[in-house]
Amino acid sequence: MRSKKLLTLFLVVMISLISTFVFSAGNDIIIGVAGAHSGDLASYGLPSVNAAQLVIDEVNKKGGIDGRKVKLLIEDDVCKPEVATNTATKLVGGKVVAVIGHICSGATKAALGIYKQSKIVCISPSATNPPLTQSGDYPNFYRTIAPDDAQANVMVDFAVKNLKVKKIAIIHDKGDYGKGFAEFCQAYMANQKGSKVVLFEGITPGSVDYSAIINKIKLKGADAVIFGGYHPEASKIVTQMRKKKMNMPFLSDDGVKDDTFIKVAGSYAEGVYATGPMDTSKNPLALKAVADHKKKYKSEPGAFYLNAYSATLAIVNAIDKADSTDYEKIRTALQNEYVETPLGKIKFDRRGDAIGVGFSVYQVKNGAYVEVK
Amino acid sequence: MQLEYFISLLLGGLAKGSIYALIALGYTMVYGIIQLINFAHGEIYMIGAFTALIFSTVITYTMPDTAFLINVGISFTGAIIFAAAYGFTMERIAYRPLRNAPRLSALISAIGMSILLQNYVLLAQTPDFLPFPSLVPNFSFLEPIEYIVSSNQIVIIVTTIIVMILLTLLIKFTRVGKAMRATAQDKTMAQLIGINVDKIIAITFVIGSSTAALGGVLISSNIGQINYYIGFIAGIKAFVAAVLGGIGSIPGAVLGSLILGLTESFGSGYISSDYEDAFAFIFLVIILIFKPEGILGRKDNQKV
Repeated sequence: MRSKKLLTLFLVVMISLISTFVFSAGNDIIIGVAGAHSGDLASYGLPSVNAAQLVIDEVNKKGGIDGRKVKLLIEDDVCKPEVATNTATKLVGGKVVAVIGHICSGATKAALGIYKQSKIVCISPSATNPPLTQSGDYPNFYRTIAPDDAQANVMVDFAVKNLKVKKIAIIHDKGDYGKGFAEFCQAYMANQKGSKVVLFEGITPGSVDYSAIINKIKLKGADAVIFGGYHPEASKIVTQMRKKKMNMPFLSDDGVKDDTFIKVAGSYAEGVYATGPMDTSKNPLALKAVADHKKKYKSEPGAFYLNAYSATLAIVNAIDKADSTDYEKIRTALQNEYVETPLGKIKFDRRGDAIGVGFSVYQVKNGAYVEVK
Repeated sequence: MQLEYFISLLLGGLAKGSIYALIALGYTMVYGIIQLINFAHGEIYMIGAFTALIFSTVITYTMPDTAFLINVGISFTGAIIFAAAYGFTMERIAYRPLRNAPRLSALISAIGMSILLQNYVLLAQTPDFLPFPSLVPNFSFLEPIEYIVSSNQIVIIVTTIIVMILLTLLIKFTRVGKAMRATAQDKTMAQLIGINVDKIIAITFVIGSSTAALGGVLISSNIGQINYYIGFIAGIKAFVAAVLGGIGSIPGAVLGSLILGLTESFGSGYISSDYEDAFAFIFLVIILIFKPEGILGRKDNQKV
């Protein structure tokens, strides 16, 4: 029994080695696609495979990059860090030039060290964990999605620079999402000269009355309130604040940028600011990408599809502009050459986050959210 | 500034406590008379609020010229009548058949009723949050102190005081009240001297449901939104208040609610609102350690 298992394992290893050799043959440019393609989180990973396939089909139809055909090498990591290291090793063995992926932040982090040693660029469509770029540990890492703290960054910037807020009260609903947002806001406020956080506190969702916390906001003399959480609490707090004639700006997150908020808070919602993902629904490239997917796969594209599409376009563009598959040259191209993608015109900053991808600030005007320019 | 802050916390706490009290009264009356914790009470509160919303919306749309006070009057009356009807029916179908069954059966029946009513509103109305109109007028004479206490809070506090006085008078000085006390003391004996126990219990449910509906409308109008789930959390808090004050005692329920409201208000005002619920429950634990029957509860003598 045991020897049979060993034999199977040996065969599997041999076969994968052979397939690796087959792939590395020839003059083709090979791009790896890694992520969860099976298991619970397959629905996050599979759209990126389709996206990459559609983009390189188009590139090859136009004659490839500088005359060289592009090929995909697709590997599954089931979103598990311990599997992701194997996935990465396989892709490195397959002589990939760059990797689209991985999908989950944990798996991405596990794989990045291997790519870094082998000098391979990795662009994730979906790994949002902030330290992946901000720690500076992975110069080979890029992403076409805004990190988790981008909302907070945008919000604090807006409050301090546009609204000239000096004293800010940050409250949250104690949930993962709301508290995370509030903590990032607090961290960013620490770097802002001349403005400070005067109150940082959680509230109890579902409570019948929030007058205690509202009185506290007033006592601390805050001239703006940032709330991390969802719309039911936000509308209660805004309503009670406005009824107490506290008309300072109220800023919140994507959980509040919801039409239900405006419906429930009614006239009290007017003037409230909330961050939300930038609007891509009118981008012609995004419309085309979605239409192509429907044509080829007869279904709606899934999660992170446009991000993966953009990531593939970015890497193809970088290789094209660099006229090389050299690691340093690709990095320089990614950071300097703008590329038109379904998410807008993007390039990457020094740390690897996409410039031009992320959140905008919206404000309620006449009963609807309008983007603040 | 500090004094003003203290006063606003005090009034905020009183208003919050009064809200709990309006709901806790129903719990405590029902418990006092049939020793049943009516878990569906929070749902009656929610149904009251929904009824008021429907009434006031219909009036605003069909007869926009109706005076505000008439609209408010009809909405409140409608809410109270509907909630009372729900309370009456609930007692009839879920509790009366179990009158002589073990107490646990009635308790489970109450939990079932609570889930049933929640899901009924969820399906018949909506799972979303709905805006609730402000049914309490803004009194102009409160304008100068609006920043300390709102008209809504004043109305809630005053209503609770009036309701508590009326209930105390009802129980102390009327025939029905006397019959209620008799039923609470000994059901069999009350029946023997010619009291219609079933009728008295039904009346208790009707009164409890009416106060809950009143509370539901006032609170929803204060926070400006409702959904099918609001009854649950408010009900749990009110239940805690009733236990704190001594379940079965009407002044106890009001006292317990006010203590709970003030603890939450001062706790979140002077320490941190992160632990709002924790303050309330720490207080409950301390009181129950030293006085297990609650502040004003009377010791139940075990009948042999």
